[in-house]
Amino acid sequence: MESQPRIGVYICHCGFNIAGTVDVDQVTEYASQLPGVAVARHYTYMCSEPGQNLIKQDCEEQQLKQVVVASCSPRMHEPTFRKAAQAGGVNPGRVEMANIREQCSWVHKESHDATEKAKALVASAVAKATYLEALEEREVDVTPGVVIIGGGISGLVAALDVADAGYPVYIVEKSDHLGGRVADLNRTFPELEPVSDWLPSVVERVQSHPNIAVFLNARVEKVDGYVGNFRVQVSGRPVPFSVGAMIVATGYNVFDPKRKPEFGYGRYPQVMTTLEMERKLAEGDLTVNGKTPKDIVFVKCVGSRDVQVGNPYCSRVCCMVSAKQARLLKEQLPDSRVTVFYVDVRTFGKRGEEFYDEARNAGVLYRRGSVAEIYRKGDRVVARVEDTFLRRTLEHEADLVVLAVGMEAREDVTDIAELLKLPRSADGFFLEAHPKLRPVDTAMDGVFLAGCCQGPKDIPDAIAQAKAAASSSLIPLIRGKVPVESATAVSDPELCAACGMCVDVCPFGAPSIDPVWNVSVVNAVLCKGCGTCAAICPSKAIRLQHFTPEQILAQVDALVW
Amino acid sequence: MQVDTLELSEKFNLYGCIQCGKCAGGCPVSMKTALDVRFLIYEALVGVLPDPAHMEELWDCTCCFTCVERCPKDVKPAELIIGLRSLLVESGTIPKTVTDALQGIFRQGNPLGFAREQRADWANGLDIKAAQEGCELLYFVGCTPAYDLRLQPVAKSLAKTFQKAGLDFGTLGIEETCCGNEVRRVGEQGLFEMLVEDGKPLIESTGAKRMVTTSPHCMNTFKKEYGLSGIEVIHYTQLVAQLLEEKKIQFSNKVERKVTYHDPCFLGKQNHIFDEPRAILQAIPGVKFVEMDRIRERSVCCEGGGGRMWVEGTNIQERLAFQRVQEAVETGAEVLAVACPFCLLTLEDAVKVKGLEDKLRVMDIMELVNLAL
Repeated sequence: MESQPRIGVYICHCGFNIAGTVDVDQVTEYASQLPGVAVARHYTYMCSEPGQNLIKQDCEEQQLKQVVVASCSPRMHEPTFRKAAQAGGVNPGRVEMANIREQCSWVHKESHDATEKAKALVASAVAKATYLEALEEREVDVTPGVVIIGGGISGLVAALDVADAGYPVYIVEKSDHLGGRVADLNRTFPELEPVSDWLPSVVERVQSHPNIAVFLNARVEKVDGYVGNFRVQVSGRPVPFSVGAMIVATGYNVFDPKRKPEFGYGRYPQVMTTLEMERKLAEGDLTVNGKTPKDIVFVKCVGSRDVQVGNPYCSRVCCMVSAKQARLLKEQLPDSRVTVFYVDVRTFGKRGEEFYDEARNAGVLYRRGSVAEIYRKGDRVVARVEDTFLRRTLEHEADLVVLAVGMEAREDVTDIAELLKLPRSADGFFLEAHPKLRPVDTAMDGVFLAGCCQGPKDIPDAIAQAKAAASSSLIPLIRGKVPVESATAVSDPELCAACGMCVDVCPFGAPSIDPVWNVSVVNAVLCKGCGTCAAICPSKAIRLQHFTPEQILAQVDALVW
Repeated sequence: MQVDTLELSEKFNLYGCIQCGKCAGGCPVSMKTALDVRFLIYEALVGVLPDPAHMEELWDCTCCFTCVERCPKDVKPAELIIGLRSLLVESGTIPKTVTDALQGIFRQGNPLGFAREQRADWANGLDIKAAQEGCELLYFVGCTPAYDLRLQPVAKSLAKTFQKAGLDFGTLGIEETCCGNEVRRVGEQGLFEMLVEDGKPLIESTGAKRMVTTSPHCMNTFKKEYGLSGIEVIHYTQLVAQLLEEKKIQFSNKVERKVTYHDPCFLGKQNHIFDEPRAILQAIPGVKFVEMDRIRERSVCCEGGGGRMWVEGTNIQERLAFQRVQEAVETGAEVLAVACPFCLLTLEDAVKVKGLEDKLRVMDIMELVNLAL
């Protein structure tokens, strides 16, 4: 212990989250009596601007040497409080957290017990703080370049942005062509522009860009490293690529309407999906069974908003796709009756509602009620549906039924999820780091999401997200350096017997035996601070900074005494 | 009658409803009766439900549960109807025919008005052991197959098939009592609970590992509503298909017939048993199997279930069974095979009413199996 400790203790109410169960006044009073504590305070929200200022001011005015914050999980706000202490002149290594929310107030109902536990946790953190040492902040160089998984519209747009910024891009595409599912579409809503007018030029720009390398029929096989320095092994390549960031743009699956057998898809030639309709519209052949359909029915929400098939979410595109196709069909077959059966009409995007207006004004009939079943009647099919406004169930005869199929998470992305350790939400789509603040980030630093792999979206939204992912991936590339874990393991050459056990157990390849001195040396850049080597070292030569034996024993002592 | 619509909304989770209309749209009787279950939910939700005592259409529901199958939000519309029927039962405002059936079950263990002592008469001479002495397989015969002369051959055929396969099986004899599937569905919750209270320990006491039923209705309630432990409940089509696959029984006679099959709601839609009945029919030598248009998940209800055996409701139009036998005739089939006692009776009635006797015969799968064995 260097000189006398001067510890500041900060107890957070977290609104009622903590203060509703834990008596924060009592804990503060208790903390102020603990050895080494110079000041103890409580505040509504420690993570707020004024809360942080409180810490910063005390660090300066009270010449604090250590800071203990009793609040939420360190996963939540440790970086926040480290920064606040640093602003007041205290090394971030000298900040300790006591988790009195997730591990205390949230899990205990009884106020007295929760308060006593909070006291114990604070005492333990204070005891450890007494022994905390300054940590050296470290940064490493970033390997310029981005690997993009998926060559659909999102991957292509992201690739162009990164490449135009001057960095190398590697696109890994599973199929034998670029363009993804957008290539299956005829015209896009709401401007009714043919996809063939713009997609080929995007693909062409990607293919001819000097900074972009495209790998078709390829898969990512292995990923090592971390933000700033990933090593990505792609199938068919002799050596892995080194890049600073990765963008996942693996797209979606189209819902298979055979999983809703009541619609008779695959049974009746008159029943087809919106994607099959796209093809017919593109080919200009609108006949069904060799005849021009007189009665056309659209069925919405097929495989979407449906807990029966495990897809509770809205597909976000079916309403617009149906409006688009219904309108195009009505325009091309003015004598036909085109009916869209709907539950809700969700045409929310820019120009969406206007587009819906245009479809109705073109003569498309919207009737409220969800089609329950399709079966044969003579040589036609009928959609059995209740018109909920009329309160009447009817058999609506049709020559053509279009099922507006939704999007699903791809089931073949499980290996990518495992390779990149990416969490997925309950619906199977990749999970963003924060639904509002970090929509393209993931739980893995340096890995970003673009397009429908994160959830169903239309082309403008997918492209917007792709451009966001591209610029986020450029941040480490442009900075050129990324901070690395500072609480790393260090080996004492005086104690090391070069047994090599640390080398064997380390999952990151950080320790090695120095060939000249024949002792273990830990590469601080590779070390993630997990402590496995320190735990296994038989001669106690390895110490994990910020979790030293003295610190942990002091913590335990405080709890036991 | 006062109805607490708030309580109904909570009890039946009506708040989840988005009024899409798939329930009414899929409802087999919605086009010909006053029943609109989607609107019923809405009326209950917003608190304007009329007095159920005046809602004759509540008796139109066949409890086929197509609405439950179709609902994208996991609301169970049919359960609301059952709930409303139970209010009627509690207040005593139910059709006389239903009361008679329920009283029969209460007194004699069956809704048909027969004496309990006669329940095992169908098995005379078959030498079937009492399950109460312990057995591997419990055969639950069911009320209609036990008493109805038209159905008794189905029970006999099943018993003989089990004997041929060398199965260690028994029945509950005259102690067997109505399963209560329709009792619960007409809303007589109290009687149903009583039946479970008596039936569950009796069934479990046999120590049987499996229970096989003639009727999909019995299977349904035993499987889902009895909370039986240590005993697997299956339908006979599952067991017979398994015996065929394991070659424990083998067909020796040809049945040169063109056959189609009608999926019973309680077997198909409600329990997703579609393949086994077809596998049995297709294994019978000589049978030429053809399908109708509306099959499996899209099968049409015959209107025999949910207490509709005992009451009519507002349904004045042609029964769906009439359309169904017509559809069967159009396939060119000579035999309409079924795997449910209620389906057998309603469809056979329809054949008679429509005068199709010389074109189509309605047969239980076990009758065909009996011919082939």
